[in-house]
Order: sequence, then C-alpha cells, then structure tokens
Amino acid sequence: MTAELVRGQNHPLPHTRLDIRVSAGKPVVAAAMLGDEAGRVQGAEWVAHPAQPALPGIEVSRQATADHLLAVDLNAVPASVHRVTVLLALPMGPGRPVRFGAVAAPFVSVGPPDGDEVVSYTVTGLDTESAVVALEFYRRQGAWKVRAVGQGYAGGLAACLTDQGLDRAGEVAAVVQEAVEPGLSRTLGTPPPRTTEVRHNAAAAAATAGDPGPSPDPGPASGTTSGADPQPSDPAAPQPPAQTHGGPINYAHPRRQSTAPPPPPPAVPPAEPGRPPVPVAGDATGWSMEERLYNQVWGMFEDLARTTAAYRSAVDFADSRLDQELDRALSDPRGRLAGAGDPAREAARAKHEELTGRAREALDRDLAQLTAESEVVEPALPPAFARWDSPVWHGYRVPMEIPMALRLGDLHLPERSDLRIPMLVRLPLERGLWVDSGRSTSEAAVTLDEARLRALAMDTAVAHAARLLAVYPAGEFTVHVIDPAGSAARSLAPLMRSGLLDEPPAAGAQGVSAVLAKLTQRVDLVQMAVRGGAADALPPDLDTAQQLLIVNDFPHGFDDRAVTQLRYLADEGPAVGVHLLMVADREDASAYGPVLDPLWRSLLRITPVPDDHLADPWVQHAWTYEPPAVPEGSDVLGQVLAKVAEARRTWRR
Amino acid sequence: MERGQRVVDVSKGNAPGGPGVNLTKGQAISLEKKGGGTLTAVRMGLGWQAAPRRGLFGSRTREIDLDASAVLFADKQPVDVVFFRHLVSDDGSVRHTGDNLVGGAGQGGDDEAILVDLQRVPVHIDQIVFTVNSFTGQTFQEVQNAFCRIVDETNGEELARYTLDGGGQYTAQIMAKVHRAGSGWQMTALGNSANGRTFQDLMPSILPHL
Repeated sequence: MTAELVRGQNHPLPHTRLDIRVSAGKPVVAAAMLGDEAGRVQGAEWVAHPAQPALPGIEVSRQATADHLLAVDLNAVPASVHRVTVLLALPMGPGRPVRFGAVAAPFVSVGPPDGDEVVSYTVTGLDTESAVVALEFYRRQGAWKVRAVGQGYAGGLAACLTDQGLDRAGEVAAVVQEAVEPGLSRTLGTPPPRTTEVRHNAAAAAATAGDPGPSPDPGPASGTTSGADPQPSDPAAPQPPAQTHGGPINYAHPRRQSTAPPPPPPAVPPAEPGRPPVPVAGDATGWSMEERLYNQVWGMFEDLARTTAAYRSAVDFADSRLDQELDRALSDPRGRLAGAGDPAREAARAKHEELTGRAREALDRDLAQLTAESEVVEPALPPAFARWDSPVWHGYRVPMEIPMALRLGDLHLPERSDLRIPMLVRLPLERGLWVDSGRSTSEAAVTLDEARLRALAMDTAVAHAARLLAVYPAGEFTVHVIDPAGSAARSLAPLMRSGLLDEPPAAGAQGVSAVLAKLTQRVDLVQMAVRGGAADALPPDLDTAQQLLIVNDFPHGFDDRAVTQLRYLADEGPAVGVHLLMVADREDASAYGPVLDPLWRSLLRITPVPDDHLADPWVQHAWTYEPPAVPEGSDVLGQVLAKVAEARRTWRR
Repeated sequence: MERGQRVVDVSKGNAPGGPGVNLTKGQAISLEKKGGGTLTAVRMGLGWQAAPRRGLFGSRTREIDLDASAVLFADKQPVDVVFFRHLVSDDGSVRHTGDNLVGGAGQGGDDEAILVDLQRVPVHIDQIVFTVNSFTGQTFQEVQNAFCRIVDETNGEELARYTLDGGGQYTAQIMAKVHRAGSGWQMTALGNSANGRTFQDLMPSILPHL
C-alpha cells in the first residue's frame, strides 16, 4: 500500500535499500545532498550530482532526463550523515523550460528495489521555481524516515544549495550545468545515424584475412535480431532540404529518408588479398552523392575519434603499468642490492615499449587508411563542403538548391595534425555562430596583438557569411551587419564591393536598435503565422530568405533593451530562419554578468585562429579547429561573391 | 586444437542462424574459422521471456527488463563498459544494439545484442566479460527461455549457445567472456549467478573470473 504524501508529511521507512523514481514531463537534473546532524551540507563533496554521481550509499544519474531512478542505501551512508536531501532542478539551455510552473508536476516515489513503492509524492504548487527540494530522508531514533518537502527556489540550483549551507554553491551549480549540457558551445551537433555497424570493419577484415571485399548483403545475420528495429528511426535523420520557392520541385517524400537508405552505388573494387581496399569517395549510405559524402565525412570523423581513443587508452594503460612495476622494483628489498633491480626495470620498460609499439602500429594502420580516404574524398566534395582552395570553387555556379551542410572549417587531433576532417554543420543553421575575438588560451592567439586578433575575427566572420551567401540559391540568403563603431570597414569590404548587403552596416546606438527591432519583428510575425497556421497572412513585402545578422564589437552600442532583443533572436531565431553571427570577446561583455551565459552557451564557438576547444560527440576529445583559409593572393572570394551578385540581379528582374 | 575443431564440425552442418554448440558452464571454445584464421566480428546475443506468474490471474506476466553489458578489461583492470547508457565503447570496437525494456516473445531471437569487432579491440584489452542484469529487480525465477549465444557476425552462423538455468534467486548472471588466446580469441562460458542491478554491482563477482 503506497502512502501518498502531501507537503510536509513524513512516513517511516521499513527498508534502507531504496529506489527513488522521479518522473517529470521534461528533463530535470536530480541531485542528493548529505547533511550532518544540524542539516548542514559540509562541502561540495557531500553533494551527489551529474558530475559526481556516486557518493557512499547514493547514486544519481549523469544526465538530465525526464525519468530518474536513484539508488539509495541508507545503511551505507557515513554515520555522520543524518539527512539525505533529494532535489530536482531544471537545466538551463535554449528551448528549455525555465520554471517548474511550465512543466508537469514532478512525481517521486520511494520503495525497495524489488518490491512495491512505500511512499509517493507529487510536487505540486510550483511556479517560478527552477529548483526544488523534493524529499528528505532523516534519522529518527536509529531509524530512517522520509518527508515530502516541496520547497522550491526561484534562484535555481545555486540558491537551493546555498540554502542548505553549502559554500561556493554557485560553483557546484555551474559544474552541474556543464555536466548535463556538455558545453553546447563546444560540441559539434548530432552525428547522422549510422546505417552500417562498423565502417572499416570489413576493410580491416579484408586486410588481414585476405577475404574478398565487403559483401553488400550480410546475409541472414541481420535478420536474427528481434522483429522490432532495435534502433528506432532517429529524429535527426537527414531530411531533404525544405521546399522553397523558385527551385525545382522536390518529389521526395519528406520522411522517407528515415528508413534505411539504399546501399551506396559506387562499387568498391575488391581489395587485393592482404591489402586494404582502395577508398572511394561517396562510399557511405545516402540518397544523393551529397548525402553520401556528408555521411562519409561524419564516418571518417567518428573513426578518427575512436581509433585515437583506442590508442590513447592503450598508452595510458602502458604508462600506468610501467609506473606500478617500477615502483614495485624499487620497493623490492632485493633490488637494493647493486644491479639486482635492473632486470626487473628493464623488463617493465620492454613491456611498455612493446605495448605502445603495437598500439602505435594499430593507430598508424587506421590513420593511413583514413588519410587515403581523405585524399579521394576532399576533391569530390561540392563547394559547400569544400575548402576554399578546392578547384570546385573555380567552376562555381550559383546553386539551385540549398545544400544539406556547410563546411565551417577543419578539425584535427595532435596524433596526426595533417589529417584534417571537414567540419560540416547542417543547413539551415540550427544555432548561431560566435567567432571569439578574445585572447583565448590558444597558442596562436597569444602571439597576436589584440587589434590584429579582432580584425582577423571579423575577416573570419565575413568569410563564413560569404560562403553562406554562395551556397544558398540566389536571393534566399540575406546578410545584415551591425558595426556600431564602424571599425570593421576593412573586413567588410568584400561584401560591400559585391553589393550583397541590402543596407550599409548599422552604426551607432540608433542603427543597432533599428536592425534589432526589424529582425525581432520578423521573428514575431513568422512565429505567429506558423503557430496560427496562416503563412499566407504574412505581409507581401516580408523577405522570405534566411537572415544572418553579423554583430561586431558586442556589446558596444548595445543598451539593455538591445541585449534582450539579441538574446531573443538567439533563442527564437533559428527556428524561423534568423541566425546570429557574433564577433565578440566574452570579456568585453563581462559587465552583464551571468545574464549573458545562456547566450554564449547557445552559440557554436569558433575561432579566427587554430584553437583546440571543440569536442566530438562520441568520446569528447579536444579537437583543434582551424578556420577555412582563403589561399594567399587568391581572389576566389571576390569572384564567387561577384557571381552571387550577378545571379541576384537576374533573379530580381 | 580440439575445441576449435569441434566448432568447425558443428557449424559446418548448420544452416545460418541455427543452433551451434551448446556450452556448459566453464567450457571454452576457440573463435576460429573453418579455413583457418580467426573470426573478425562476433555478436553476443541475449534473449529472454518473462515467466507467467502463478496466482489469481494465472497467465499474467510482468515486464522484465534484462540488460546486457560488456566490460572491457586490460590486465584485470576495467577500462571501458558498454551498456544501455554507453552504447559504444570509446574505441568503437564494442557496440550495443540498444536497450530492450521488456524482453522478447521468447521465440529465440536476440532481444539485446552486443557486437564485438575483434580486430579493432584495442591492443591492451585482453578480456571482455558479458553480463546480464535484471534492471527491474525481478530475480531469474521470473525469467524463462533466457539464453546467450555467440554468432559469427560476418555470416550469421551461431557458434555457441549457452542457456541459463532457470529459476534462481538472483538478479544477475555473468554469462561469458571473450579473451585473447595466442594470436586469436577464445570464448569461455561462465554462467555464474550474482546480484545487482547494473554492472557496477557485479564487479566483485566478475573479478574472480578474470
């Protein structure tokens, strides 16, 4: 019989090993605090949270989810702990609810792992609070009891932790946020779903076993899983470009692609026995060559991430084993006699050499394979995916359709810095970009003076904007610029010369607010039309193109109202085709305090100089990002923009 | 290699997907191919069915969530774990096909499967232990037709199958391990019962088998 508790009510617990189930309509963070006799949380080490999920006797989930299962063993908590508090908090982020009043009331239940629940409690009555103490377990006369608390905090997790007597609560709250939102500004989006289990698996097999090349049909093996597809179709599955006016009619069924795409048509010639197969561009699944290349690039990205992970893990293991064995040789009393320890030390070093050697061999084999693949893939990439020095840009024509992705730069790892993976992001952009003009920790930035770095950042932003203009069909991409002090005239010259800016860069506080007001209004209108299902009610003069707003020198020229509008655009804009490209040093805006943190987090941070700040979605290596460079002395950018301007003139006519 | 020979003999006469060697506890088989050479990729498949409960509503079954996990060891130290919250080992060599929360119809198909690309397993990993836990807490008394089997992923042939003894008062099984032997790999059926909801709880029970 479950006791349904109301706020403040307590109940005895017949068990000490308990499962706490939480269900909330939206993802929440669950944490637990261990308090002393006075109820105080002694320090950050007494809080179990996603970045520190296990404490003696309690374990919480590493992520924010709508359903939690927390395991508690009250017998295992330290004797000095008299109180275990379970709290829930809403993670911050774009599109996330900011108050419990906006989500279904969280429901928590407590019971032994193998039996029926003992108590349950629905945390009702919350409004602006974004963190809440849901339950409290406490010792009473040698036994544990549970109480429904329901105390909410509008100040969020930090306020909640502070109230429990925790010093440096803000730091803990920040760590939690970082853990559940693994640096949104650092991660590179969702990889496309894999349709083959192991990409180079067959290749490696062929290399050693001398088998013929990969068989297109794995035979009945694939049918031996249970009837239901174990991996439900991914919502992030590639969708065809949205139907836009002007372009050719797309007859593809909009959701058809989420089923398994057809096998790649380019036939991979069987490898010679004992040799890896010859890589072929487009050797991935997809409905078009573009999609196959996109998937192939992501496959190379994942393979490089994983093979490097294998190598690093093996070397770490070899290092720690060597340390242990050397320690043992040192502490062995026999080793103190002259020379007797040497054979042991030598043997340990030899084992280390042997293992790291084999690890390097495996890595080199994979890197050679990926390098060979990169050599055939790079020249096959269409303009939107290609480097500026690729010949495809010389034969550039204004496209008729929106490409599925855009190359923002290159990524590499220190193990092989000349193996560059194209960094592709989906179009239309899913979030804004932030070109960091600050002197970050990167080595390249330290050698540049501040003014040079800022100019370089703006150059980078203009190059990204130019590429976006070039890969969209004529008239389907519009660029606005805010340059309050007019300091970026030099960088903006290519855009100005080509006549691709409908209006000159907005200057001064007035210019800033005019541009922001116009874009904010556009977002409002389109949102209303979309929600009301009345797209035809939009004013006829509304520009239906995607809008990009380049903001230089932020927050110079911005008042509080402008900052609010900018945050609104960052949150709401991407869904209705309004994107931000901020060129900013976060330090410059530090006066605004944490109010801007969500803005920075929501943007994808890129740098004007190589910097190792981006994380892959699989193992979170730190990848060095390199912005796309226009070859020295080449006018490819100018030529491409001239063609875009020309196409726009004929399109307008 | 007598045991390796046996695999060859049995698998020769089998239709793909058909039953292979029925292992008994502690028995090992060498993962070798017919024509010499070692296997390149294997699938560890797991299937189960909730047992009907006796009682007032005799035929009612409860949903049972069994979870398959694989723990990768280097010299007896756990290095990586593949389970429903971490579906791919960091190096990409071990992949879980996804969590199944209720078990199958018990018709012999795999309800959860873990794929191991033996050639891509990092050089320092020398053992991979496969476990099954009852996440929902029911004991194996409430599970029937549970099995684990190892399949040659390249052609779908079942190499070996190990059926769990039904009806124990425990919530986990340490099923089998795949370990390096010479230049290739071997699989050993372990079949030890243990208790725990996730693989962490099982660590003390796994260590003696390494």
